[in-house]
Amino acid sequence: MSTLSVRGLDAGYGDFQALFGAGLDLASGETVALVGANGAGKTTLLSAIAGALRPWAGAITVDGTDITALPDYQRARAGVVLVPEGRRLFGSLTVEENILIPVTGRGAGPWPLEALYELFPIVAARRSHRAALLSGGEQQAVAIARALAANPAVLLLDEVSLGLAPAVVDTFYGVLPRIQASGVSILLVEQDIDRALAASSRVVCLLEGRVALAGDSASLDPGALIAAYFGSAAGPGADPVVRA
Amino acid sequence: MTWVNDVLQGIFLGGAYALTAVGLSLMFGVMRLVNLAHGDLAVCGTYLVTTVMAALGVPLWAALLVMLPLAFCAGALLQLLLFDRALRAGPVAPLLVTFGLSVMIENLLQQVYSANTRGVPAGSLDVAALHAGGLVVPWLSALKLILALVVIGGLSALLRLTAWGRRVRATSDDVAVARLQGIRVRPLFASVTGIALGAAALAGTLNSVTTGVDPALGALTLIFAFEAVIIGGLGSLWGTLLGGMLLGVTQVVVAQVSVPYATLASQLLFLAVLAVRPTGLLGAAQAG
Repeated sequence: MSTLSVRGLDAGYGDFQALFGAGLDLASGETVALVGANGAGKTTLLSAIAGALRPWAGAITVDGTDITALPDYQRARAGVVLVPEGRRLFGSLTVEENILIPVTGRGAGPWPLEALYELFPIVAARRSHRAALLSGGEQQAVAIARALAANPAVLLLDEVSLGLAPAVVDTFYGVLPRIQASGVSILLVEQDIDRALAASSRVVCLLEGRVALAGDSASLDPGALIAAYFGSAAGPGADPVVRA
Repeated sequence: MTWVNDVLQGIFLGGAYALTAVGLSLMFGVMRLVNLAHGDLAVCGTYLVTTVMAALGVPLWAALLVMLPLAFCAGALLQLLLFDRALRAGPVAPLLVTFGLSVMIENLLQQVYSANTRGVPAGSLDVAALHAGGLVVPWLSALKLILALVVIGGLSALLRLTAWGRRVRATSDDVAVARLQGIRVRPLFASVTGIALGAAALAGTLNSVTTGVDPALGALTLIFAFEAVIIGGLGSLWGTLLGGMLLGVTQVVVAQVSVPYATLASQLLFLAVLAVRPTGLLGAAQAG
């Protein structure tokens, strides 16, 4: 049974519909890459799963429990935790205080404070610094540590490599297998397709709010991915889709 | 020596201002909510105390013990039923809602208690003082200063050292992300407003021991509290203490020269701080 299951998700902002019946599955300990062009609906899908955005239609289940109707703060407690784009740490709190913030409803997990400090030594070194004073890479490490402290079943990573030096990004992709091995499922949004394919077992490509392609990362036909990513001339219209 | 004594009296007055303002400062720091009904809610607490004293025949301190939990609950309820909605409706809504609340409270108090000034009997506390050399230490003023220090120090410690305080500060930084970390914001905000109202009602009652209380007192209370918060810096509790002190000392010292100019001088101080340092003296826009 899959840990996370998303079915027929419609979501948007005001009159603008960004997702049309989007769906995907995540098995326990699996990493799935979510790719797509700018505006394809990747962040909207993550927000809807994390509860930051209320979907218009569809169902989201975690370990068989329907969480679609749960408010945002209960999603995190149910084990769905988002590492938001831009990190969004609590800037006036220290690094350690940031990591102590999450409230989990799933009891103690495999990531107590010491384990997180061991996973990210740089976080341990900066534990008493104010989060706002950290570099981008350090902040990203804290953001991932904070999410793991919530004992997630599903970790939603939104553009963790955005604006970071390649060497720093390497360290994050280096620790992903360890996070995965602790039983956490990861849904990864990444602009760098090669990185996304290398880090994941399966890939889901969004095109204008719809799942255009889903398949195994290793055996994916590059031509099919390019077509799904950019859309073909025969595909859905290029104009923004406005809800009737 | 009269000079030193003036400054001392100014500091005492500043303590009273700070105790009055700390709730306003806390609510703005945490929720960015400017509560224009702050002074009127403080006055409500005072009327509640006088009513409890008259009805049960108990002394001031006992009535305060009855009033404080009620003020906390009233604040929490106001937050849950009214302020939360206002905060969701954009930046102007809280101003309109709290202004409306202020007008309603003042008129309601006038209906129930009439517009006459009521005394708050405190036994000998309102005149008792210690005289040492040229210095005068009025017990009531000293009590207000000590309470201001205890409330601000205690709140700062709570915000710095407890899980509750950590959550309050995180929510103040980024409420949307705090929710995504599993924090339930509504009870957190309710507790903050409860504490703010409790402190305001305590300050309002003790201030009214010397001046008496009337339904229109809320507006004046708000002005001085507001100035203490702005001078000290928005969102900084210790800044609010400093702001209150500066207001108090300015007022008392100028009053020695010319009484009519005392209030004017404190307003000029307020304008000067706004002109030179709009974020306030300790303003770093952070709670605690």
